Amino acid sequence: MDAATTLEVEGISKRFGKDTTAEPVLADCSFALETRKLTVLIGPSGCGKSTLINVIAGYEKPDAGAVRILGKPVAGPGADRLAVFQETALFPWMTTLQNVAYGPLVQRTRPREKVLEEAARLVDVVGLREFSDKYPSQLSGGMQRRAELARAMINEPTLMMLDEPFRGLDAMTRELMQEYFVRLYEERRLTVLFVSSEIDEAIFLADTLLVMSHRPGRIISRMAIDLPRPRLPSVLTSLEYLHYKSEALELLHAEAMKAFAAGSKAAADFVDAYAARDEGEPS
Amino acid sequence: MTASINLRKLRKRLFSKTTFRGAVAITLVFAGWELGSRFKMPILGSIPPPSDVLSVLHRITADGRFWHHWLASFQRIFMGFIAAQLVGIPLGLAMAMSLATRRFLFPILEILRPIPPLAWVPTAIIFWPTTESSIAFVIFLGAFFTVVLNVIGGARSIDQRYVRAALSLGSRRRDIFWKIVLPATLPSIFIGMAVGMGITWEVVVAAEMIAGKSGLGYFTWASYVGGNYPQIIVGMLSIGIAGYVSSGLIRAVGKIATPWQRPL
Amino acid sequence: MATGALGIHGVSKVYDPDGARVLAVDNCTLDIAAGEFCVVVGPSGCGKTTLLNAAAGFHDITAGEITLDGRVICSPRHTQPPGAERIVVFQNGALFPWMTVQDNVAYGPVVQGKLSNAEARRQGDELLRELGLAGVGDRYPADLSSGMRRRVEIARALINDPKVLLLDEPFRAMDALTKGVAQEFLLQAYDRMPKTVFFITHDLEEALFLADRVVVMTTRPCRVKEILTVDFERPRSFRVRASRRYLELKTAVFDAVHEEATRAFEAGERELA
Repeated sequence: MDAATTLEVEGISKRFGKDTTAEPVLADCSFALETRKLTVLIGPSGCGKSTLINVIAGYEKPDAGAVRILGKPVAGPGADRLAVFQETALFPWMTTLQNVAYGPLVQRTRPREKVLEEAARLVDVVGLREFSDKYPSQLSGGMQRRAELARAMINEPTLMMLDEPFRGLDAMTRELMQEYFVRLYEERRLTVLFVSSEIDEAIFLADTLLVMSHRPGRIISRMAIDLPRPRLPSVLTSLEYLHYKSEALELLHAEAMKAFAAGSKAAADFVDAYAARDEGEPS
Repeated sequence: MTASINLRKLRKRLFSKTTFRGAVAITLVFAGWELGSRFKMPILGSIPPPSDVLSVLHRITADGRFWHHWLASFQRIFMGFIAAQLVGIPLGLAMAMSLATRRFLFPILEILRPIPPLAWVPTAIIFWPTTESSIAFVIFLGAFFTVVLNVIGGARSIDQRYVRAALSLGSRRRDIFWKIVLPATLPSIFIGMAVGMGITWEVVVAAEMIAGKSGLGYFTWASYVGGNYPQIIVGMLSIGIAGYVSSGLIRAVGKIATPWQRPL
Repeated sequence: MATGALGIHGVSKVYDPDGARVLAVDNCTLDIAAGEFCVVVGPSGCGKTTLLNAAAGFHDITAGEITLDGRVICSPRHTQPPGAERIVVFQNGALFPWMTVQDNVAYGPVVQGKLSNAEARRQGDELLRELGLAGVGDRYPADLSSGMRRRVEIARALINDPKVLLLDEPFRAMDALTKGVAQEFLLQAYDRMPKTVFFITHDLEEALFLADRVVVMTTRPCRVKEILTVDFERPRSFRVRASRRYLELKTAVFDAVHEEATRAFEAGERELA
């Protein structure tokens, strides 16, 4: 195993439910994550991205294939692989500070005072010091995300996974959260797997972009994003950025159309007609 | 700063159009009742007018025995209700967490639950040594089933993502129970309590009417038997107020116990 | 001759819940040409939906007037009740859950007596096919995905041949990629029979992809801050999203909205993340 690889996903297949004739959500999905890099996974809705995260996190078992973290097979949930999802999973009955301190406290690896000190420090780092004794219901969407990041980071996980964490936030907040997160990543250089369905967000954050096909999901392309770090908003106006976006857009549009068409035959007809119209266009 | 804002909001609410309209409506109802009663209108004519009720109320509240009835009812409520929570909550949690326990106990519960608590009164009187204990038992039953069902429902509907997050963060089974399941179920527990309290009051009043020698239910029934009609209304109002206060108390305690549900 | 020019002239709207006079819209003026695809963006809570609801006839206005092809349809004294010439597609979906897709789409013309049941169904099926939904006619809304439901609602609106189509963040809940395809379907229907469209969204990318003009509203009380013309050709290709011009427009819109959002934040209206 390569020392620069944190996560290996090999041939993962999974279908929903017991119906063996149903189309699988994932089919022979394989990829590897480089250590200390931010890898973004992008694909149309329903392509199995979330299922993949659940499998890597250990919440679900695949029908076939293996997941290895630092060479060791994944057996169930653990503090070495932490995930932040679109819907917040902050414990509503605990304050921000209590949430952040939860992991180390319950693992009993460090003395209590030290844990609380560290938690307070992290809460400060994510800019929530005045909100450390507030409940999640009293925080805005962006603040909740930051609190969850702190809750994960205090455990120094080997792998951080984020499943469309900024979806549902308004455009303004979303852009701010993206800038915030990329700074956080660049300071700490954890190994990150970030799932997105927004091309701009994906390219802005990524070192590597993995494009997933529509159901059944597998990786159809791996793009190295060679934009300079630290990533600033101005990178969004560069020519290289547009080039990456154009390339990704071609792939993703095709997959999104296929996913859409899978809904009904007429949609498939539309997609064909659209493709034919497309061919006649000057580039 | 916060206190003065709340005061201002309160004053605004009190003197708003909505309150005014409500006050007018209530005044009209009382006026209608008074007039209808005095002028012997159909139905209203056979009910004592509010003025009579008020004079009886004035006399009664000075009499110590009246308050003794209040105390008696509250004591019964207290005992039966608390007992139901002490037995029902742990049982509900056990049934929620363990499939085996649930499979074993659920059928029994489902058979017993539809029997209205009051139907138990004759059996209770036969099998329990004192009248007091038989009333307490019937009260217990009233609240018990509500509690258990609410607890089971609440515990089993905890969003999976909390349990998953807790597992990823390294929790063991003990942690999951004490730090996740219990707090998450607390709101449902209090809902069960508030609903159970309402049922408890109904049961107490009815049980006292049938088998008691004290309490607000007995007081109301005795007033009827003794032909003191305004006193019946006093009894009814008392029961209503007592029930409202009890539920209010539970809701208040619930709010304190679940501070995370408070809006900012 | 194209009809459906929507005129909003000096419109103001005051809400009065429990005596607190809230100015939601303040002296807002906007002229939307017949057949134009006009997208309105702005910080959340700024009053865009209020404007849309007034244009639809769901509530009155406190000052100014709204005209349709020069005829006043909304003024402080009189609000013309909502009708089939100004149809709204809502954010959360308003398909009748107790009716099949086909019945939902046929509802308008049948209930207005404009078409027979059979004819309405036939036209409805035609529209559904164009929107990529043939064969779902006898299913219930609950059985469809949200994207499909949106399209059914659009069909239900279009069958009435409205002069103005009012859409209030219809694609809000969808993920970016699916949204993109839904937008293309909408544009296809629009290209075929141009109507005046008044479209509200938060998604700036969506705004630029769909619009002839993007109108940026100020924070509450809302009035027009800035109007950008989007000069891409129709029919629009998805590739337009990777063009330089698109990027320039996006930066311009973003800056305008950002300014207003910051103002809203400073006025205590929202948290800045």
